Amino acid sequence: MTSPLEQKKIRITGPSVVTANRTWDGAVIYRTAQQGWSIDLSDAAIVRNSDDARALLAESVADDVGAIGAYIAPVEITDGGKIEPGNLREQIRSEGTTIGIPVPA
Amino acid sequence: MYAYDELDRTLVNERVSEFRDQVKRRLSGELTEDEFKILRLQNGVYLQLHAYMFRVAIPYGALSSKQLRALARVARRYDRGYGHFTTRQNIQFNWIKLAELPDALEDLAEVGIHAMQTSGNNMRNVTSDQWAGVAPGEIEDPRIWSEILRQHTTLHPEFSFLPRKFKIAITASEHDRAAIKIHDIGLKLIKNADGETGFEVLVGGGLGRTPFIAKTIKPFVHGRDLLSYVEAILRVYNQYGRRDNIYKARIKILVHELGIEKFAKEVEEEWQLLRDSALTLDPAVVEDIRSRFSYPAYEKLPHMPDELKRAAHDPLFERWRRNSAFPHKVQGYSIVTISLKPVGAPPGDATADQMDALADLADRYSFGEIRVGHEQNLALPHVAKRDLPALWKALDRIGLATPNVNLVSDIIACPGLDYCSLANARSIPIAQELTRRFANHDTANLIGRLHINISGCINACGHHHVGHIGILGVEKNGEEFYQITIGGRADENAQMGTLIGPAVPYAEVADVIEDIVEAYLALRDSEGELFVDTVKRLGVEPFKERVYATR
Ligand code: HEM
Ligand code: SF4
Repeated sequence: MTSPLEQKKIRITGPSVVTANRTWDGAVIYRTAQQGWSIDLSDAAIVRNSDDARALLAESVADDVGAIGAYIAPVEITDGGKIEPGNLREQIRSEGTTIGIPVPA
Repeated sequence: MYAYDELDRTLVNERVSEFRDQVKRRLSGELTEDEFKILRLQNGVYLQLHAYMFRVAIPYGALSSKQLRALARVARRYDRGYGHFTTRQNIQFNWIKLAELPDALEDLAEVGIHAMQTSGNNMRNVTSDQWAGVAPGEIEDPRIWSEILRQHTTLHPEFSFLPRKFKIAITASEHDRAAIKIHDIGLKLIKNADGETGFEVLVGGGLGRTPFIAKTIKPFVHGRDLLSYVEAILRVYNQYGRRDNIYKARIKILVHELGIEKFAKEVEEEWQLLRDSALTLDPAVVEDIRSRFSYPAYEKLPHMPDELKRAAHDPLFERWRRNSAFPHKVQGYSIVTISLKPVGAPPGDATADQMDALADLADRYSFGEIRVGHEQNLALPHVAKRDLPALWKALDRIGLATPNVNLVSDIIACPGLDYCSLANARSIPIAQELTRRFANHDTANLIGRLHINISGCINACGHHHVGHIGILGVEKNGEEFYQITIGGRADENAQMGTLIGPAVPYAEVADVIEDIVEAYLALRDSEGELFVDTVKRLGVEPFKERVYATR
């Protein structure tokens, strides 16, 4: 995983969000425009240039109690304005495993 | 089974309350993640993609039915109703909440299990042969020595901040089921000319980015010197092992860079200072530990009971028995391997209900004992042969009678990109697809012993280097690709597989594996020639040709 510090050097190339895991239960969360977190990608604040991305990340990392491992992740915005994960890893984080998890026999 | 003493119980309980306090302070913000991370890792808690992951140690793979029920309870109460058995005799829970972890640990502590040293740069869970104590021809029960090492290394300050993780495996059989040659230290229990117990000591094995097969550092170390010798190795490692570069920090790199002779010389010098110290094992201590292992009161039973003769007429039973029941050191008994690889399911997963049901079956048919092997299967170590038909029916009812042990669908796979934050690519769906392709038992049986191992990245948790066929997930321009190796093995003749050519995309992996298997069937010189032996005889070329000629 890329640490926030290393990401300082990274320039984003498309729409991005900040994501992390929620401290108390580990759930995948996204930084919102209201300086909070949501488990729903559609609530995420979208950043489109590197300065905004860095600022959103800095603000997110500052919430060490609420979230762990915050980083910038790519998203795609559909024509209808829907936010979708930008790669398979983020798709799996957002939508769950691609395998059926075992159900009690 | 081994009976823990008061000291162990106190230690485990203290650890739980300590961790409860740490979690509380983390959740209140008193501890930052940076401060907390090392503490959670010391208690087996990782962060994966979807949640925290909780890794619990199953020392030398031995579980009582009571302990298995406790694991089932944790799966049900704190997770999503299942657990994942790993290649290192651990179980992992994938959806655990940090806030509930202290409770889960407390439930486990009640039955003497814990998560200490299941992560971090310390001495990890000592692993052993899952058939320890029951395998025919075994020289001596290796669990006694595993337990001695476990006690000595648990929370030992000198071994708690090593340059990197450190793994020891022990076997006492000619056939190595513990994969000792891919461990930091591999111990092979042997007897010297005077009939005294000792160990051939191997060092510097490992997989990951830079794989090495362990080399013999000393052909015989007397049992009484086991701790001093292991400690001498660790001291040399602690002194010279690289802490500046995580990729060069494992002992295998040190052994490789110094050369085994130089390394052995350093260890020998260190050992001379230690060998007659307090580390020398008093025979009384060894006996005390030995006496804490209880063995079942086996009955005198016929080699071929009537129940078995009758059941042999049922081809489905017979198919399962031939595949899953193995010779036991005591006449009239079998070791039964329970496949956790049903067609289409994630390798190594078991539901809480299956764990509970298996615990009941262990009570009824295996003196309350269950074992966990590195192939991600379970075993019932002491089943009377007359009970095999009844056991088979009961296992079948809970989906645990897949007759594919050691066959092509008995796949080892790491969690991969579905769970793991380090992954490049998915492992489990590849395994699932392969089990479907090879679901036909007659075909699988015709193919014979064939181990497919899959890892989602170069860390090699799925042992891909040593699979007869190894599949390694890599990433190319954001897409999942897989490198395929063949000819690896993890037993006493351990070796790394050879890459057959360029990586193939996700959608083609199963086809490629089918091609390789078909090529083998056409090329083998007899039905008895195993896949790995054909690869050894012919090299990778004919397989490579078959796979890439049309691609
Ligand atoms: C959160 C999930 C996991 C993480 C973060 C993780 C991390 C790692 C890393 C970083 C290595 C490379 C160590 C090195 O080369 O120095 C490694 C090796 C290994 N892990 Fe995992 N692992 C995970 C899950 C598993 C699972 C599920 C298994 C068993 C199925 C496993 C068993 C192993 C084994 C056998 C090795 C290679 C042997 C060796 O140490 O050289 N790990 N793991
Ligand atoms: S091999 Fe890689 S992907 Fe698989 S569990 Fe290990 S670290 Fe994760």
